[in-house]
Amino acid sequence: MVSKTVLFNCDEALQMKAVAVLIQKASTFRSSIWLYSGERRANAKSLLGVMSLGIENAKDLKVTAEGTDEEDALKTIAAYLEKPEF
Amino acid sequence: MAPVSLDAIIKEFELEKITDFANSQDIQISVADVTRPGLQLAGYFDHFGPDRIQVLGNMETAFLDRLSPEDRYQRLDALFEKGIPCLVLTRNHDASKELIECSQRYRIPILRTEDTTATFISSIVKYLNVELAPKTSLHGVLIEVYGEGILILGESGVGKSETALEVVKRGHRLIADDLVEIRRVSDKTLLGRAPEIIRHLIEIRGVGILDVKELYGVSSVKMQENVNFVINLELWDENKTYERLGVQEETTEILGINVPSITIPVRPGRNLAIIVEVAAINFRQKQMGYNAAKALTDRVFGSAIQS
Repeated sequence: MVSKTVLFNCDEALQMKAVAVLIQKASTFRSSIWLYSGERRANAKSLLGVMSLGIENAKDLKVTAEGTDEEDALKTIAAYLEKPEF
Repeated sequence: MAPVSLDAIIKEFELEKITDFANSQDIQISVADVTRPGLQLAGYFDHFGPDRIQVLGNMETAFLDRLSPEDRYQRLDALFEKGIPCLVLTRNHDASKELIECSQRYRIPILRTEDTTATFISSIVKYLNVELAPKTSLHGVLIEVYGEGILILGESGVGKSETALEVVKRGHRLIADDLVEIRRVSDKTLLGRAPEIIRHLIEIRGVGILDVKELYGVSSVKMQENVNFVINLELWDENKTYERLGVQEETTEILGINVPSITIPVRPGRNLAIIVEVAAINFRQKQMGYNAAKALTDRVFGSAIQS
């Protein structure tokens, strides 16, 4: 399992869209990917789960990935959270 | 384990604030127990847990009333000095002048309830046990089918939400979709609920987010439910053998408790809702002492011995 802590950096108005794209990106990997915010955690492939974290701009998030493509998944998801582009 | 703020307790039990120092948000309770400080008021402080909520009932109040004002102040001061989180008066007892002085001196709030001491203590201990229980969040769906709390686990896209929706349509209840917060409220009981932000919402791929409570009404949802049974959904694997008889006892471990479980292989054309429903009834029947698989075994081998 690999993990990394990143700072979520996204324009307020775009957050909904940013989360939706995040789910799509996470779903392309086979690994199980989890996001941790404070003491809550959620599966990065589940829309409602990620929404329930209440991710805000400039918030620290821990990302973990486990599976056959974990390195790749972690790199993509961490990079996306730091600089969401869609 | 996250502590509970005194503020949350005041709201939950509708406690009246006799003295208030605007610090109830900062006072944190982290033990699921309360103390009636009878011995402490008599001067004995060995084994005293100062981190507990202190409750004064009929007996303690009567004892304090009997003392002279100076003595009363001294004994209450000794108690407050230990740094207790707060003090609760039950049965709407009045706070004495000395009690209020001590409260102000140490900035420790005094609260009041009209409940009897026994009722208040048992309900607050129960509340604290739930709030302070070890917890985890799992990716799954929690539904209640025929009174049994059923947790459906499985990979993303295996069809958990779709199954939940059909189960709800058949007259059962949804507790949580996608993310289930589970607490171990006792050594045998797991309690599941949804995070408040996504409570009673369900996501169906291709349709989007649905509010089950708005669409199907209050009778289709529930706030929380015990986790009695786990159903693991997985994509059909040709190389794996699946349980055919149902004699084997499979369990899934959650927070150190082994919950009875089954694994259901998913393949297009299998009606998962009806399988979940029948699994729930079968689980109940087993709990009540009848096991169809065992009965069949008895019939087969019983008759073989006879002939």
